[in-house]
Amino acid sequence: MPRESSVVQRFLPFISLAALFVILSIASPYFLTATNISSVIRQTVVINIMALGMTLVIVSGGIDLSVGSILAFSGVVGTMTMVSTDSVMLGILAGIASGALWGCANGLMIARMRIPPFIVTLGTLGIVRGLTLVISGGLPVVGLPKEHGFLGEGTVGPAPFVLVVLVACVIVAHFMLHSTKLGRYTYAIGSNEAAAIYAGIPVGRFKVAIYAICGLLTGLAGMIETSRLMTGQPTAGVTYELQVIAAVVIGGGSLAGGEGTVIGTLIGAFIMGLLSNGSDLLGINPYWQQVIIGAIIILAVALDVARKRRFAS
Amino acid sequence: MLLELSSIRKSFGGVHALLDGTLRVDSGQVHALVGENGAGKSTLMKIVAGMLRRDGGEMRWKGESVDFAQPADAHDVGIHMVHQESLLAPHLTVAQNVFLGRERMRGFRLDRRSMIDGAKEILEAHHFPVKADSRVETLSPAQKQIVEICRALHGNPSLLIFDEPTSSLSDAEASEVFRTVDALREKGIGIIYITHRLVELEQIADHVTILRDGHTIQSCPAADTTTAEIVHHMVGRDISSSEQRDKLTPGETRLKVSLPGVDFELRSGEIVGMAGLIGAGRTEVCETIFGITPAESGAIAVNGKPADIRSPNDAVAAGIALVTEDRQHTGLAINLSIRTNTTLANLDALCTAEVVQVSKEKAVTEQLREKLQMQADSVEQKASELSGGNQQKVVIAKWMFRDTDVVLFDEPTRGIDVGAKAEVFALMDELARQGKAILMVSSELPELLQVADRILVMREGELVAELPRETTQQEIMHHAVTQ
Repeated sequence: MPRESSVVQRFLPFISLAALFVILSIASPYFLTATNISSVIRQTVVINIMALGMTLVIVSGGIDLSVGSILAFSGVVGTMTMVSTDSVMLGILAGIASGALWGCANGLMIARMRIPPFIVTLGTLGIVRGLTLVISGGLPVVGLPKEHGFLGEGTVGPAPFVLVVLVACVIVAHFMLHSTKLGRYTYAIGSNEAAAIYAGIPVGRFKVAIYAICGLLTGLAGMIETSRLMTGQPTAGVTYELQVIAAVVIGGGSLAGGEGTVIGTLIGAFIMGLLSNGSDLLGINPYWQQVIIGAIIILAVALDVARKRRFAS
Repeated sequence: MLLELSSIRKSFGGVHALLDGTLRVDSGQVHALVGENGAGKSTLMKIVAGMLRRDGGEMRWKGESVDFAQPADAHDVGIHMVHQESLLAPHLTVAQNVFLGRERMRGFRLDRRSMIDGAKEILEAHHFPVKADSRVETLSPAQKQIVEICRALHGNPSLLIFDEPTSSLSDAEASEVFRTVDALREKGIGIIYITHRLVELEQIADHVTILRDGHTIQSCPAADTTTAEIVHHMVGRDISSSEQRDKLTPGETRLKVSLPGVDFELRSGEIVGMAGLIGAGRTEVCETIFGITPAESGAIAVNGKPADIRSPNDAVAAGIALVTEDRQHTGLAINLSIRTNTTLANLDALCTAEVVQVSKEKAVTEQLREKLQMQADSVEQKASELSGGNQQKVVIAKWMFRDTDVVLFDEPTRGIDVGAKAEVFALMDELARQGKAILMVSSELPELLQVADRILVMREGELVAELPRETTQQEIMHHAVTQ
């Protein structure tokens, strides 16, 4: 068995990210400037935080298509709360809580009514987006307190504040997935749900928790988005779910469940961020960027499939 | 002579499935093939139908030596196998199923009309009570069986092989199948009929062949033999008392099961065997006790306390474990490590404030690995990389760590080698000595006689006999097959 090459391939996402980094440093003199790096971080942080929650969902063998809509709902509810109470903190908490509630609703329908996650979240994708437009009247929420801008655009020393938020989320998510009972059961459910049930695990309860966490992180990402735009956009986050799923998959997550890591997802999200930033810097037509990212997704999964096939034989 | 098989051999990875398969079938004859689970019946028939290739022996078709590389080769000469209903597409109609894979075309379009007419022709020619345009999902199990037969008849077969066609049918439905088989015999078609239900032999068989451990034991006209003789040939030798496990004095009642038609108790220190044919409802009993398919009526009590078991979660909490018959699908998360699988059912014991104490977990798993002598590189190895016997040890380790009072073993030796079997039995014995109560479902009668303190026999969903450990294989088989 070619163990060495399989190790290389296991770290492929990381190696790709490093290679991309080096190539862009050489190709563009602007790439390695503090301004550009912090702009990459700010641009990817929303997708990145959502992808952390999606990692749990995908490892459990599920999928959540509604995250883009939940992002907008949380943003609108959060900013409306902010405007009416004049409290930034209260607004942010309301946004995060509303995200968690929608995640919980997804989880309950999947676990209790036994509807496939794809269908449930396809439904809530529409429901949540529609409700967001209803409560906002289709108009952006404006007039946010100035202090709200700190969340998305503030700095701590030389670093963007969102980096601190991201690092904290990554640490918590990594710990949750790899060291807690919830994380262990997430892998077990995704690897073989029947075996998890036969081991006496209350699988339904844990599924609700997994989708709730995904919703909660999406709520947080929604508030960051409103802070960066300084408005609550009811149309925010359209098609984000695809970028989020792509980040998890590029990072080694398997849609069949049982596989995926927080660090892998982090790398996956940064690969996507660097690809679009690099394309901008190198003056590649944005139309072509979509083509490149699409091809990278297929390539990443193709390599992963090939690795597993070789490992199995 | 239509088909002659002599001394057919076949093995799978060193396991001999068939050593001497010998059989002769004539046109217009119903030839019954009987034998215990694993006797080699299906293997022999798959060779005839071109689904498997033989390792040795002679196969002659209408006097000429033949060798089929694929099912299509067997179809070409007129041999068809009637599969069980599960191979039909339920959302398609009867006609669509009959022509599945060999659709009649009109240019680029399906010739719907012609296919419906074709199906009707076959149905009417044999007076089958099924409509060509019914959706298959709306049919009864017997009618689905008829659709399978039509699929085979469409190729104008000379030989039809039926693989336990009545195993999932009621008596009334089974007689519908018998009438069909009779009609086919009238038309001069040769029929090989695999069955577990010996009562059927009198009704339909002209000739009987008995297989045991891959050998043809006897082949004779059905009129020349009796059910008792057939049972005797099916089971072979008995276990001597010296091979039996030492009997312990049973303690208090651990599990009391009172379900419709199934009433029994398991006591501390006891290993109770459960015998029966495939489909007799043994696995269903285990799954009901374990909460996979909760009981609609009846009661289950653990250690004298009534237990309302609605899910495996409830069952485990009440103190019941199930070692399932299917390690791959329900026993193990095959892509996860030995460590993860071992602790899965009792992770709470290793958690402090929801956080898994991995060092403690490693120590526990390492201990169990040594105790159970699992052959593995380390406890971090994936379960999928282990042999069947070692996988089974992981499943047993999982429940040993959970330490339940009752352990149900469903076919614990399936797919594991002889050495590992002995080790599994030793573990069961140890669990009994610890005061647990054990139920062992097995299709291997010698194993039951070797390990169990008493043996329950299931037939058609009901518990029909309770036999002492001194019983014989004939006695068990007698209760399992006859009314």
